[in-house]
Amino acid sequence: MKGWMSRFKAVFALAVLALILSGCGEPFLSALQPRGDGAEQIFQLMVLSVVIMLFVFVVVMIIYVFVVIKFRRKKGQEDFIPKQTEGNHALETLWTVIPIILLLILAVPTVQYSFEFADVSPETTAEGDELDQIWIDVTGKQYWWHFEYQDLEVSTSQEIYIPTDRKVYLSMISDDVIHSFWVPSIQGKMDVNPTGNRNEMHLHAQEEGVYWGKCAELCGPSHSLMDFKVIAVSPGEFEQWVEEMQEVSEEDVPESETAQDGQELFADNCLACHAVGSSPNKVGPNLTSFADRVNLAGVFEMNEENLFEWIDTKGEDMKPGNLMVDAPYDLNEEEINNIIEYLMTLSPGEINPDSAENGVYQDSDLSGLFPEEEEEGEDSEEEEDGDSEDNGDEEEQESEEDSEEDSEENSDE
Amino acid sequence: MADDMLKSGNLPEHPERATLEGSNKFMGFWFFLGGETVLFASLFGTFLALRNSNAEGPAREDVFGLGLVFIMTIILLTSSLTSVYAMYHMRNHSFKKMQLWLGVTVALGLAFLGFEIYEFVHYVHDYEFGFRTSAFGSAFYTLVGFHGAHVAFGLLWFITLMIRNNKRGLNLYNAPKFYIASLYWHFIDVVWVFIFTVVYLMGMV
Amino acid sequence: MSTTANNKAGFGSALWDYLTTVDHKKIAILYLVAGMFFFILGGLQAMLIRIQLISPDNEFISAQFYNEVLTMHGTTMIFLAAMPLLFALMNAVLPLQIGARDVAFPFINALGFWLFFFGGIFLNVSWFTGGAPDVGWTAYAPLSLFSEGHGVDYYAIGLQISGIGTLIGGINFIVTVVNMRAPGMTYMRMPLFTWTAFIASVLILFAFPALTVGLFLLTFDRLFGAHFFNPDMGGNVIIWEHLFWIFGHPEVYILILPAFGVFSEVIPTFAKKRLFGYSSMVFATVLIAFLGFMVWAHHMFTVGLGPIANSIFAVATMAIAVPTGIKIFNWLFTLWGGSIRMTSPMVFALGFIPTFTIGGMTGVMLASSAADYQYHDSYFVVAHFHYVIVGGVVLGIFAGLIYWWPKMFGTMLNEKLNHWFFWLFFFGFHLTFFFQHFLGLMGMPRRYWKFLPDQGLDLFNLISTIGAFFMAIGTIVFLYNVVVTQMKNVKVGPDPWDARTLEWAIASPPPFYNFKQLPLVRGLDPLWIEKMENNGRMQPAEPLGDVHMPNNSFVPFVMSLGLFIAGFGVMYQGGMWILAGIGFAITAGSLLYRSIKDDLGYHIHKEDFDKEEGDGSNG
Repeated sequence: MKGWMSRFKAVFALAVLALILSGCGEPFLSALQPRGDGAEQIFQLMVLSVVIMLFVFVVVMIIYVFVVIKFRRKKGQEDFIPKQTEGNHALETLWTVIPIILLLILAVPTVQYSFEFADVSPETTAEGDELDQIWIDVTGKQYWWHFEYQDLEVSTSQEIYIPTDRKVYLSMISDDVIHSFWVPSIQGKMDVNPTGNRNEMHLHAQEEGVYWGKCAELCGPSHSLMDFKVIAVSPGEFEQWVEEMQEVSEEDVPESETAQDGQELFADNCLACHAVGSSPNKVGPNLTSFADRVNLAGVFEMNEENLFEWIDTKGEDMKPGNLMVDAPYDLNEEEINNIIEYLMTLSPGEINPDSAENGVYQDSDLSGLFPEEEEEGEDSEEEEDGDSEDNGDEEEQESEEDSEEDSEENSDE
Repeated sequence: MADDMLKSGNLPEHPERATLEGSNKFMGFWFFLGGETVLFASLFGTFLALRNSNAEGPAREDVFGLGLVFIMTIILLTSSLTSVYAMYHMRNHSFKKMQLWLGVTVALGLAFLGFEIYEFVHYVHDYEFGFRTSAFGSAFYTLVGFHGAHVAFGLLWFITLMIRNNKRGLNLYNAPKFYIASLYWHFIDVVWVFIFTVVYLMGMV
Repeated sequence: MSTTANNKAGFGSALWDYLTTVDHKKIAILYLVAGMFFFILGGLQAMLIRIQLISPDNEFISAQFYNEVLTMHGTTMIFLAAMPLLFALMNAVLPLQIGARDVAFPFINALGFWLFFFGGIFLNVSWFTGGAPDVGWTAYAPLSLFSEGHGVDYYAIGLQISGIGTLIGGINFIVTVVNMRAPGMTYMRMPLFTWTAFIASVLILFAFPALTVGLFLLTFDRLFGAHFFNPDMGGNVIIWEHLFWIFGHPEVYILILPAFGVFSEVIPTFAKKRLFGYSSMVFATVLIAFLGFMVWAHHMFTVGLGPIANSIFAVATMAIAVPTGIKIFNWLFTLWGGSIRMTSPMVFALGFIPTFTIGGMTGVMLASSAADYQYHDSYFVVAHFHYVIVGGVVLGIFAGLIYWWPKMFGTMLNEKLNHWFFWLFFFGFHLTFFFQHFLGLMGMPRRYWKFLPDQGLDLFNLISTIGAFFMAIGTIVFLYNVVVTQMKNVKVGPDPWDARTLEWAIASPPPFYNFKQLPLVRGLDPLWIEKMENNGRMQPAEPLGDVHMPNNSFVPFVMSLGLFIAGFGVMYQGGMWILAGIGFAITAGSLLYRSIKDDLGYHIHKEDFDKEEGDGSNG
């Protein structure tokens, strides 16, 4: 009997603990410490559902504890035969109707947010003008991420810079297996499917910071090492970052001689798969701002030792199953060191992950990034079926939106 | 008592359901067909999702012709009817007539199967439209092929039953077997009607 | 059973008896042994997972091996442990509960077991031939196409074979319930366990074919060059997800409903009270099953089906909470006013109620499609489904095993050890999985080989691993209990728990023909009625007569073996095609043999009953 009592205590202690724990986890990773609009809305939904569910749980537990204590067979009661109750319609109706009401309370915001998260129409100002949209094409690959900023001629891998206080729109596709894009402190996740349908979502960071992103769909041996970062900087800094990135070219020559040597080696051995400067999605990650990276390959400490091991072993044990092991290069120690020296010069400008954490906030409406705003089309519905990818699947709606996006893009040029 | 089961003649009105074993079989097979329905529904769903996914390969309207398929449909529907005759004669306890009509059913089934094989060969040779040509090809051959395999199995089943029981006639032990075989045959027929509609007719329009 | 049969000839004939048996009670024991074997195997895999995750950046096992272990843990536990253990209970009890002498298709029943068994063995052969499947038990395409080696082929073919076994097993139970009930045993007098097993069988019938098709498509893609899931050739990877979950979600209810049934037997027995709201329990069971078929896409909220589909499936999923809640309250009010005995099956049932309530609550949270964007594929989900599957299904299985152990073996498991088992397992369970809710919300996705240091995930992972060891120790206590009990082999009477339903009216273990005379059922809880109104003996519904019994058969074993052999041929192809030829020939030959050879069974003549040990098996 003692066991029962102590277990209830334990259950209640856990419930209290749960409330305390909501402040738990690291702010750059935890869904319980939202730093973005989406994560915050979901957190509210979570709290609402937890409150409803705790109410139910408490009711159940009160009855349960009472019943188990009160109706245990006592000594001398062995022959007692309880009344064989068939049921009770009033009670049964009660515990059918009340849960239905509780569920309706939860269903309303659920449906509302489901539609909100799927809405990728432009933000509007207080006056009702539509703001420019920042669209980023996201490509998931075993085991890294590639990001291309539409219309901005900027591409990065592993790290994605976004402005705070502004919606950033993602259009996502996978090059191989299914991945899932998840930045818990900013927004919930969305699967990244191979061809067929591009999934769309938006991020809206409330605070500057370096946030960890994870792949949430099993994608192979290094699934757990497919991390990326979302670096949220103030809008002004973001604008500056874009401009700095746009100026980078793979012809830029570093100062030191060994680094120049490294650059040549890099061109001969690495450029077949990697790129510096704006490039379409290639076999390997884009290395434009490599020296600024928070982590090597998304998860390792960014230092020359790790980098050496990576290039030397092609990351074979560091990220099992990664595709670089098939790269045909064969470099000696000195050559690797020269390449490392070159790679460490790849820092396009002043904006780097530190900018997200130095407390500097520069405002901007980002209009500088989208210079010639062509006249607002009267017919918002552009009837251009340029996208011939007809897959006959249920995501047609989205790919249509997507093709609209593409055609707007084309008319910009 | 056990031997009674094997005696022919003097049968009740519904010999296929007269014993507990027979009635179990009868009912179990109905449920089995329920499961088969889900199986084919899944295949139809897959086909519908992929029917336009011909990639580089030929599309539906390129390959399908209604003529042959129409003849096949008529054949299979007729075979369903002849199997009904067979069951009618089983209920009248006239074993010979039942065997005769089952024989006709088998002959029609064989003809259907022959046409189907011809159809597949024709697609592969004349249109280079095969199982590996595209997702559409895989879906088409899987759906229609599953049906074809069912037809083949049904034919073997009928033939086995007819040969096995040819000499001893109808009894309480084998009546349920004949009956569920014919149920199976009707099911195959119904599935074909759906294939004809969903795959061929909708492919032409 | 007769564990004392220890001379060699005795062992040989006992083995042959089990290889050829068509007796549902012996098939139950086969399911039990095989299921426990796979349960231990899956448990060891779980321990490997937890040891790997004991600390950040751990290198205990390699990434590839980890993926194989996590895949096999899930697949084994669902298909090869939970299902067969439930089938063991159904086989042992269901025909007895409805007063049947046998199941509808004894031969099919045996065939179902051997197909399951060979499918499970086939799957596990992969460990020794180059690596187990490594793509998760859900085997999402196209990862399952990218996966090298033959692991996924073993998965597809192994599950195909065992899936057929499950399907025909399900049909057998459906027909048994519909056609074989004793006189007076109307549908609304059937015990809840029979009801839930019946409904679960219906779910099996309609859910498994979707998996069959999915596995065929996967096999065709991997082995025969089809392009169902190959986007470059027009394929669509989402089809797999739909097919898998159209099967996969009802599968959850296939597991949990019989567990509900067990608790609905245990609670009335040990509260000495009839089940509160019997008809609403039946109604809730049917409703859960029905709704279970229209909520599969809640596993796919993040796939990008769009807000409309997501909302519909979210609301439909939430609706399932209502009938489940009805069940919880009905159990509570069965206890209310009862005379509760704290036997070990009852303790399992009482542990189940709060645990499953938590699992149900997190289920409703997950049903909220928008919030699921955070929960999906995180440790929150891992915690949730372990709360329902371990906290519901596994507790149910053990409650049922302990409860019906006397009926199956004629012996009583040691109560004290049972209580130890429960508390160790229960405590370890909550320690393991409660904190995983938070791990998920703190940003840890599931199926992670490694988690990184300095992300606030260390402590809870450590606690979780410690909990897993408690569960392991608890399970060892149970196994020890089983061994000791069977060694001592102290027999008990037909009704050691003072229970209410028909299976307790006959000897423990029952004679192979179950009921000498079919009993007359006069209401719900028939034995209880006779206890209250008569001398506690069932009235016969028929005069003593000959009893028809089926013959034993070795064909099910051979037929399944054929498919097992053929599987290798289909997989390795090339010169191994010969194996496929041999295997399919064996199976087809057995089928033909079965079809051609008359198998009429035999009769026990009423005069011979006197020679049997007539130990009051019937009134």
